[in-house]
Amino acid sequence: MTTRRTTLAGHTYEFASLSDLLAKASPARSGDVLAGVAAESQAQRVAAQLVLADVPLAAFLTEQVVGYDEDDVTRLIVDTHDPVAFAPVAGLTVGEFRDWLLARAAERDETAISSLARGLTPEMVAAVSKLMRTADLVAVARRTRVVTGLRSTLGLPGRLASRLQPNHPTDDPLGVTASILDGLLHGSGDAVIGINPATDSPAQTIALLELVDAVIARYEIPTQSCVLAHVTTTLRALDAGAPVDLVFASISGTQAGNRGFGITLDQLAEARAGALELRRGTVGQQVTYFETGQGSALSADAHRGVDGRAVDQQTLECRAYAVARHFDPLLVNTVVGFIGPEYLYDGKQVVRAGLEDHFCGKLLGLPMGVDVCYTNHTDVDGDDTDALLLLLGAAGCAFVIAVPGSDDVMLHYQSLSFTDVLTARSVFDLRPAPEFEAWLARMDLLDDAGRVRDLAPDAPAARALLAAARP
Amino acid sequence: MSATGPLRSDAGDSWSVLRGATRARVALGRAGDGLPTARELEFRAAHAAARDAVHTALDAGRVRAALAAAGVGLDVVEVHSAAPDRTTYLQRPDLGRRLAEGTALPAGEHDLALVVADGLSPRAVHEHAAGTVAAVLERLPGWSVAPVVVAHQARVALGDPVGQALGAAIVVVAVGERPGLSSADSLGLYLTHGPRPGRADSERNCISNVRPPHGLGYAQAADTLVGLLQAARALGASGVVLKDEGPALSAG
Repeated sequence: MTTRRTTLAGHTYEFASLSDLLAKASPARSGDVLAGVAAESQAQRVAAQLVLADVPLAAFLTEQVVGYDEDDVTRLIVDTHDPVAFAPVAGLTVGEFRDWLLARAAERDETAISSLARGLTPEMVAAVSKLMRTADLVAVARRTRVVTGLRSTLGLPGRLASRLQPNHPTDDPLGVTASILDGLLHGSGDAVIGINPATDSPAQTIALLELVDAVIARYEIPTQSCVLAHVTTTLRALDAGAPVDLVFASISGTQAGNRGFGITLDQLAEARAGALELRRGTVGQQVTYFETGQGSALSADAHRGVDGRAVDQQTLECRAYAVARHFDPLLVNTVVGFIGPEYLYDGKQVVRAGLEDHFCGKLLGLPMGVDVCYTNHTDVDGDDTDALLLLLGAAGCAFVIAVPGSDDVMLHYQSLSFTDVLTARSVFDLRPAPEFEAWLARMDLLDDAGRVRDLAPDAPAARALLAAARP
Repeated sequence: MSATGPLRSDAGDSWSVLRGATRARVALGRAGDGLPTARELEFRAAHAAARDAVHTALDAGRVRAALAAAGVGLDVVEVHSAAPDRTTYLQRPDLGRRLAEGTALPAGEHDLALVVADGLSPRAVHEHAAGTVAAVLERLPGWSVAPVVVAHQARVALGDPVGQALGAAIVVVAVGERPGLSSADSLGLYLTHGPRPGRADSERNCISNVRPPHGLGYAQAADTLVGLLQAARALGASGVVLKDEGPALSAG
């Protein structure tokens, strides 16, 4: 352990370890208070940021926050680090790295930033994010390009895709279908039609996969489906020959956190191999989908690293991204406000965390989306989610999640609505994924200006889609 | 399963095709790229009800009166968790699981202790706790039951130190659940055998969504709980080793 110190306004501040320094430098967050690692004063927070700015990026390659021997995520991070990709920034400190990123963003140099990804570790990216303001997080993310594909192409400039989330409390096929059609009529669903199943039964998962596959096939929609069941359930569905487009998992930034989700890296590799064998892609072959979120390791009491020291929740979140990128995902999203106020207390914390997650994921090379959401016991409302959505639109976010009327009637939380996606596209002049946009045009769901039509139910295009709901 | 079925009975197209199939907020219509005013305000009203449910203060006097009116003759004792206020409570679940320093409870030897805890919806407690407690007690003749504890800023696990202090073999915590937009008043019942601090959630059994008329009724919830209580007493344990072997539940 290297103790680092600085003096600010006559007071000397000491930081006993890299994890202590990262935690104290983090913007205020209720989860870090809960874990007992948050800065105890504003001055201590800035002192930590001053010290962190002087830490060489190369130090993160030798000094770990979670031990190499006891954690397979750390081993993955260290063993897959690419020194060639790292070379352009290898001699910089964290503070100099921030300046370097902002300079490339201002030059609109997308390749310089994007080609770093495999040379960066999660801890480096977490560190630099802690020195950045909102506008910095937006400006750099906007100039970072990550493009993926399966049956639609995601992450292209000038595009914003959405996951259509048609959840239903009992997985009722008609109820799910109604929400799918409502989303399609709003131009949603180009990232994925993704259902959180109400139970983890393999039979139910297969039934839902077949349901969405039938809708996609019937209308020849260039998108993919996902039933967000446990990976062991998806493995069963693969064995049964079900139409699996995407293998899904909730992932965490420590081996213990992943154990808490009941997953191992080997299982993820096996499931990915199974989905790849099906060759269901048309424009690409990226067949995994991961969800993350700050606080997941802490809520599983899986947030400790070297010497049992707690690691801050944002650094752990970035470590989950190292897990995701190892499996070459089509989609990754943080579910930013889902867990509750003990991790992200209010709108300010949720907005900041969402931007950090998007920035860090993109910098690490992930096709990053955000579930802009909140629970009702958190101090967040529609104005906060609008602010985050619009910031993400400016930041070049690949996709967001949308549910009917913002209200998920299965998971009992609030996400974005289909109309919110239309608003963000309109404000920033963004379009859907190109293949999906062409499909919308084919279905006569777009007007002459390329906007999703506001259709009456008896309009021919609406009738054509609603026919799916007919006996 | 297929996408086809009796979603509609006639050919007259209308968004009711979609609306009739799910409680999700489908087919709301549009005002430009946004929601029509009426739909927007409906959403705000539902969100406001959920938020207000979280931040309503527990009115212990109202709970006492409701218990008495429901015929519960037990003494009522009030306690506070170590979370001093709502803001702290929401950020520090650890404090909501501990009793405030200096809390004194009458030690005894009881088969059961009942804790009425505000949790995330005091409104659920105001509306449904007394009816639930009365229905449970009616079904337990011969059981020795400790004074009813009404707990402020309480999480489920506060039942562990309370049950231990009261000398109860089993504790049941009736707690206001996290409010959804369509359910701001839902009560949950958590049963723990051998309560003491450090019990894991996997050592508890839960009955959720007690909120007549839309969720479980008091009698139905009490029937299930009493079945679990008797099984827990016979088994000497609760949690994942104890399964509800009764018929499937349905709303009503």
